[in-house]
Parts: sequence; C-alpha cells; structure tokens
Amino acid sequence: MKTENQRAWFFVLPVLLLVAFNALVPIMTVVNYSVQETFGNNVFFWQGLDWFEQILRSDRFHAALGRQFLFTFLILIIEVPLGIIIALSMPRKGVWVPVCLVLMALPMLIPWNVVGAMWNIFALPKIGMLGYFMNDVLGVNYDMTQDPLAAWITIIVMDVWHWTSLVVLLAYAGLVSIPDAYYQAAKIDGASPWKVFRYIQLPKMKTVLTIAILLRFMDSFNIYTEPFVLTGGGPGNSTTLLSIDLVKIALGQFDLGPAAAMSLIYFAITLLVSWLFYTLMTKDDAK
Amino acid sequence: MARISLSGLRHSYLPNPSGPEDYALKSIDLDWEDGGAYALLGPSGCGKSTLLNIISGLLVPSEGRILFDGQDVTGLPPDQRNIAQVFQFPVIYDTMTVRDNLAFPLRNRGVDEARIAARVAEIAEMLDVVEMLDVRAAHLSPDNKQKISMGRGLVRDDVNVVMFDEPLTVIDPHLKWKLRSKLKELHQRVRATMIYVTHDQTEALTFADQVVVMQDGEVVQIGTPVELFERPQHTFVGHFIGSPGMNILPAAEDAGRIVFEGQTVALEGAVIGSGGVTQIGVRPEFVTLAEAGVPARVRKVSDVGRHAVVETMVGDTAVKAVVDHADVEQGAEVYLAFRQDQTRLYRDGWIATLARGAENTTQAHGAEDSVQARGSDSASEAAS
Repeated sequence: MKTENQRAWFFVLPVLLLVAFNALVPIMTVVNYSVQETFGNNVFFWQGLDWFEQILRSDRFHAALGRQFLFTFLILIIEVPLGIIIALSMPRKGVWVPVCLVLMALPMLIPWNVVGAMWNIFALPKIGMLGYFMNDVLGVNYDMTQDPLAAWITIIVMDVWHWTSLVVLLAYAGLVSIPDAYYQAAKIDGASPWKVFRYIQLPKMKTVLTIAILLRFMDSFNIYTEPFVLTGGGPGNSTTLLSIDLVKIALGQFDLGPAAAMSLIYFAITLLVSWLFYTLMTKDDAK
Repeated sequence: MARISLSGLRHSYLPNPSGPEDYALKSIDLDWEDGGAYALLGPSGCGKSTLLNIISGLLVPSEGRILFDGQDVTGLPPDQRNIAQVFQFPVIYDTMTVRDNLAFPLRNRGVDEARIAARVAEIAEMLDVVEMLDVRAAHLSPDNKQKISMGRGLVRDDVNVVMFDEPLTVIDPHLKWKLRSKLKELHQRVRATMIYVTHDQTEALTFADQVVVMQDGEVVQIGTPVELFERPQHTFVGHFIGSPGMNILPAAEDAGRIVFEGQTVALEGAVIGSGGVTQIGVRPEFVTLAEAGVPARVRKVSDVGRHAVVETMVGDTAVKAVVDHADVEQGAEVYLAFRQDQTRLYRDGWIATLARGAENTTQAHGAEDSVQARGSDSASEAAS
C-alpha cells in the first residue's frame, strides 16, 4: 500500500519562508514602487507603466547602460585572457603552488570599499604613489579627478587587479585536473603548444571558464562600491555606471518610482545576458 | 618498423642516486625484434612503465642508450622517434570528431589531405569504427575511446613501435576480451612492433609472442608464455605466473640429495652451484595425490570449475595441487607426488637445475632454446 499525504510540505516551509523574506518580499516591494508615485506620507498614486517608459526613453539611462556594457566588456576581455595566461604559467606541482595560490587569492580577500579607497589614495596626483610616478617622474598628465580617460583607466586597472585572480584560480583548477597522459599523448602525436592549448587545455577549462565569465559578468555589471569610492562616478558623469546612477536617482533625488522601474529593468538585463551566455556555452554538451 | 635495442639502461628518479635501491630501473639490456608482439609483465612499481616511457622518449634515462635500428635515439623527443603510445586511460581530443582525432597525428606532421583520408579510412575499417567517424569523440563509450587512442597510434604507417600502457584497465570485463583479440588481430595485420605493459598475466600471455617479466627494476625472464609457465628461471616468475602460482618449498641439500620435510625429492636434472638458500619449485599442476610420497594433510579443497585446487600442509609448508577430481575431504591424510621432470631447484631465487637431457649435450642449448637461453643469460647477469 502506498500512503499519500501532504506532510512533506511542512519540511519545505522553512525554506519557503526564508526565500520569501529574502527575495520575494523585497522584489515585490520594488515592483510595488515601480508602478506608483508617492509624495511621502505613505500616500501612493497609481502610475501604471509610465516609469518604465520614462526610463527606457531616457538618454541618461542609455548613457549609463552604455558605460556599463563598455566597462563589463573591457574588464572581461582583459581579465579572462590574462587569467588564463597566468594560470598556464603557474607551477602545477612543488612548493611554489601554495605560495602562488595565496598570492593570487589576496586581492579577493580585501573588502570592496577598501579596494576603492586604496586605489583612490594610490592614484591621486601629488599624494598617491601612482599619481606621483605618472605625473612627476614620467611626465604624463594623469589625473583621474579631472580626466575621464584617466578615470576609466584607473577603474579598469583596479577591477583587473581585484578580480583577475578569480579567473586564474578557476582556470588553474581546470588545468590541474588534466591527467599527464594527455600531455604525453600530445607530445607523441606531435602537437604544437598552440594545439595543446586549443585541443586539450581549453576544452578541459571550458566548464570552469564558463562559470568564471558568468561570475565576472554579473559582478562587474552590478559593480558599485569600488568605482563609487574611487571616482564617485566622475569626473562629470564619465564613470557613472548603472548602479551608481540608480543610487543617485533613488537616494539622491528620492525618485522612488523611476528608481524601482530602473532596478527591475537592470535586473532583467543581467538575468537575460547571463541566461543567454550560459545556454550558448552549454548547448554543445547536451548534444 | 625497427629493431629496438636497450643497452645498459639505468634510471633513477632521484637527482643523486647512491645505491641500487635508488634506481627504478637497474641495468636493462634488451632487444625487441622488428614486428614482434611483446608483453612487459610485472607487479605495480616494478619499473615497467618507467621502461616504457624511456622507450617512448617521455623520460630520458640516467644511464644507457636506446637504439632504433642501430641509431641512437636516447636524446630524441617523443615526436621525433616515430612511436605511438596508448595510455591506461583513453586519451582523446574531446572537441574533435573521431575522424579528426585519427587524422591529428598526420596533420601535425603535414601529411597531405588525400593521404590522410585514405589512412583514416583504412584504420577506421580495421578498428570497426567507420560508422562513428563523424561523431564527437567526447560522446563515445570508454572502450571506443580506447580504440580511437589505439587508432591514433596506428594511423602513421612509419611508426617504429606501438606501446600499450595497461590499456584495458578502465574497460568493462566483457569488453576486455573483445579489445584484446582486436589487438592481436591488428598486430597480425600491421606487423608493427608492439609492446604491451600489464600486471595481468592473462593479458600478457594471450597477447604476446614473447613475455618480459620484470621485478624491482630488473628483467627476471624473457620467454614465450609456455616457457614462462613450464620452466620459470626465478621463483618470482613461478609464483607470479600461473593460477595458483608455483609451489615454492624450503629444501635442504644433504650430500647431493635434496630434502624437503624429511623426504628426498627427485629433481629434473643435475644440481648446479652450491650454498645459498635452496628452494624446490613445482607447479600445482604437476603435484598429484598418490599412494606414496610426501605425507600431507588436506586443509582446503576449492572447486574452480574445470578442476579443483587442493591445499595441503606438509609440516608448516602449504603445498597446492591442481587435480581433475577432488575426491578428498578436508583433514584427510594424503601423499603428494611431484612429477620429476617438472620439479626444479632454485638457489637464492634463481634456477639451479639443468633441464632434462641438458647434461648429455656438450652444447648448452639448441637452436630452439635460444630465446630461453638468452633469458637465462640475462637472469644470471642480473643475479651477479
């Protein structure tokens, strides 16, 4: 006899509650704000999809989104190849392995606002070591507080410094899992180093690299703390990335409705790109 | 194709080896005839994979030389030696199709496409993988992956030697014999020199014409499967080959007689040498339960199908006998008879009796015995 009852649901309940308070309630609050207008005192007016339309048509949003995509694109095309190159040149065995791993992990252990503050001090002209070196030793005009290009270079370099290690560690994990026999077989087959990389190392790293790219995409697309501390979005709006702009609208101007609509659009874009990328990368494996 | 000679080969994984115990390979001198099917047999850690990697060029030996057809290749990297190696775990290029996998070694050497297509078709037909040529190699089953690894070795027709490093380890038992007979068939078709490394005696004995038995970095015996079975040069070979292995019994020399547990045992021929630790070696297949002989007590009888293994105790020594019908029971008192022409004496592990009839001929060995004699030569060298 098979007994059927619904008792199992009780066991799921704690998780459901947790997820509800963690995710569902905050998101629904945002959804709630995104379709209403408020002037304070807890009085709300129905606004429909006006805020969404306003955000999607706004030049300011387009500009921030463009900067955001540019930033993410730049750090990905630098961090992923650089991470792979560093992982390839790390020793596979011996006493230097733990040393390399710890050195690699260090930047990731530093709190984000500290990273921003560190680079701020490091890069400021006159005060910072980098700023002093560039301006007074090399004679290059480098001032991230005045020059948008310098500001961009600084936030990109900062992110590369902070997060390339993640790609390195994941790629390295993929590399050490390759048995020696593969390299020996490749030697016997007369494969060039490039072919070893192309047909052995890269395929074996594919899964971990997919995860690395996904994580780096999501993190960099949502980045806030480090550029906020470093440049505050300036000079002008030149480094105002999406999340910085969002906080300006929500807390600076206190436009809760448009800010809520913008966060939902922002969330949808992150989700869509991640999903597309993951589906494309794993499509071959299912075949 | 080439004749491969190893001369004075020694290898140590340590930077400054001092004693013989630091060497993974201790003085190897071997000749592999062109087109032969060889097996390299020995327990794990005996140095057989080291030897294989030295022949393929993945390792450079500490001392000694490797000659392919008289040419010194000791310093050459693997890709310039024209060898092929199949590893324990199938190595395939996941992202390529089976066809591209097979073509890979040829493409790397700049062979023209028409020639590649012809060779790949030929090898695929030989391996029965024609219908999978356009499948991505990652989707194959382990035995097919291993076939492709072999195919990459065989696709080059100028290959000097194909080496197999325990290639059937990851293959399901019911597919093992299929792949093994495929290998044997391939050898007959391509006539390439093949060296097959294994610790499984069945694999070695079924595949090879000549088996090289290794222990602790030394070659103990080289011979045909029959020779290894019938006349082991060393107690290790006797024990390692055969199921159950040879009975190795403690024996004393007493005024020309060989005594085991108080009983005089008749040997195949004259005893040579003197001193050292002496042991009698006789295979369970040549031990019979008889009316008279060495008294023993039956400890265990196991029926293994075609025959039964009777385990007996003579004093404190276990002696096994393989009999057709086990009509004795546990605890029974029996007498054991050793077939004289299959009972040998070993001194310090090495054989110390002359083969029957050997004492009559002035020449130590006839033509048909040359391989075995070579085995015993290298055996006595290694012993000294």
